[in-house]
Amino acid sequence: MTHSNEVNQVAEELPLGETPWQETLRIFKKDRLAVVGSIVLVFLVLTAVFGKALTEWVVVFDPEVIRLPDKFKPPLSFPSEDIVPPEDLPSVGIYLLGTDELGRDVFARMLQGSFVSLAVGFIAVGISVFIGILLGGLSGFYGNVKLGIITVDTLIMRFTDVMLCFPTFFLILTVVALLGQSILNIMVVIGLTSWMGTARFVRAEFLALRKQDFVVAATSLGLPERRIIFRHMVPNAIAPVLVSATIGVATAILTESALSFLGFGVQPPDATWGNILADGKGFIFDAPWLFFIPGIAILVVVLAFNLVGEGLREAMNPKLRRR
Amino acid sequence: MTGDAITVNGNPILEVRGLKKHFPVRGGVFSRVSAWVKAVDDVSFDIREGETFGLVGESGCGKTTLGRTILRLMEPTGGQAIFEGQNLFTMDSKRLRATRRRMQIIFQDPYSSLNPRMTVGAIVGEPLLVHRLAKGAELQERVHQLLSRVGLRPEHHSRYPHEFSGGQRQRIGIARALALNPRFVVCDEAVSALDVSIQAQILNLLKDLQEEYHLAYLFISHDLNVVEYLADRIAVMYLGKLVETASAQSLFQNPRHPYTQALLSANPVPDPTIQRERILLHGDVPSPLNPPPGCRFHTRCPQVMEKCKTEDPHLIQVGRPGEEEHKVWCHLYT
Repeated sequence: MTHSNEVNQVAEELPLGETPWQETLRIFKKDRLAVVGSIVLVFLVLTAVFGKALTEWVVVFDPEVIRLPDKFKPPLSFPSEDIVPPEDLPSVGIYLLGTDELGRDVFARMLQGSFVSLAVGFIAVGISVFIGILLGGLSGFYGNVKLGIITVDTLIMRFTDVMLCFPTFFLILTVVALLGQSILNIMVVIGLTSWMGTARFVRAEFLALRKQDFVVAATSLGLPERRIIFRHMVPNAIAPVLVSATIGVATAILTESALSFLGFGVQPPDATWGNILADGKGFIFDAPWLFFIPGIAILVVVLAFNLVGEGLREAMNPKLRRR
Repeated sequence: MTGDAITVNGNPILEVRGLKKHFPVRGGVFSRVSAWVKAVDDVSFDIREGETFGLVGESGCGKTTLGRTILRLMEPTGGQAIFEGQNLFTMDSKRLRATRRRMQIIFQDPYSSLNPRMTVGAIVGEPLLVHRLAKGAELQERVHQLLSRVGLRPEHHSRYPHEFSGGQRQRIGIARALALNPRFVVCDEAVSALDVSIQAQILNLLKDLQEEYHLAYLFISHDLNVVEYLADRIAVMYLGKLVETASAQSLFQNPRHPYTQALLSANPVPDPTIQRERILLHGDVPSPLNPPPGCRFHTRCPQVMEKCKTEDPHLIQVGRPGEEEHKVWCHLYT
């Protein structure tokens, strides 16, 4: 007790600090391209949600109305009010992005497609991140447990290697051809074939974290394994997963577009950017907007996701942080 | 305070018997075990209630492994650790988790020992919450008490670890270790990463807490001055084995083992007028992968005999009347 006065004196005032997430945000904001990318993404998410609402629930833009007299109208042209029946006229009175070979409004179809593309991207990545964290976590935490002659780690990581050896795109083609071409199947298949990177990341992070003193301390405090994994290890292992998930969304959108382009994706009359592009490829010289509009949309979105992913990678890199 | 240390209390809180921790070295095809690193090899000692037991040795001699194996943070290869009458090494995980409440650890590195994504309040309060010892306002109250007890401002409970200095972080680590009101704490190089002025504060804090809560410490360090200041009894470790144990006073005044003598002669004393004989050891510490036969120190011992190269030395009581505690593993005293 003799020293306690001296001990209490060292408690000086600290400057107001920031949480680890606030720090990440601050570094992220310095990367202009990543900020532009995230603005594009916010805009895209809003477009997708409103697109879903305005094409299906409150039909302002109907992507399915066929107006044969008005086919191949270029962007920003007005409908031929004398020939097209009045109930089929676009409600805004103009074809913002032109019409296709059946006279359908490309703007309405792009809106509908944005929701499908984004949903495929997010749900596929959700599935892949879930499987990746589960298998990577098992492998990293319970890796030493023996199952017969091999360890859990060997089993899971060799299975991951096997999955990596498949030419993914042809695997997806085969599965979709066998199981049917619904949006749901495509999401699930893309998710089931893209978790390997995440699993490896998470395993590596877990192996490193297990040796960290704060995880040893958690064991020594008698915390249950569940809590050690979910409170102490997962939050510290999540950064690289988040980065790869962001870039994964871009990859999933590309895969879905490629599938639709080849005719194995989402089937008409549902529109996705991939099948709008596929329909447009036949008219590339007569009606180039049918080809370029979805093409540029895919390019911008994929680019935005990649920029945000890169920005996050930089912001979460501990070496770049001020200590 | 070291003088009457031996009479602190006769009851051992922890009895370590023949503790072994060997690490497999894997290599070649199919990762076969090709060799064993004997990090801790057949170590026995007792720690009594309320005493500080210092463990010294150079880096790589197995001190940290020993400390962690005792708490079963690493699985032992063999031996027993009997804590409050129960063998920790044979407990099932449920009993072990309950027993962990009464034994804790303080780490060397105050940076990696705190979860960077939890607030200080959450770090200190977590053990109380998980063991259902407090919740809600009571938990808050306990956390505030603990923080102010270790010399931190209770208002800082919502801060994150990276906002604190090394010494303050070490105090957070101490508060976390104390939260469950343990009887026994392993201090694994607890002050080695701090600069000297902060070291003194933390050592005094540890001393105060020991008196207040009647804690037993296993104080692992390579710094002899720190151990001399804090420890009641000291064990010297070399290459995975103990070479000498004694009360702090007896060990510093009358070291018996040639290794202890060399170690003490290398310890700087803040008085330039004192002329001491410096015992220089030659060569490096042999690899624990392939430790020398016989006495492990014989390759570097200035007083080596033929016997040392083949025979393992047994424990020998060397104490004069009044210092029976002094034990040494060396052929010189047979």
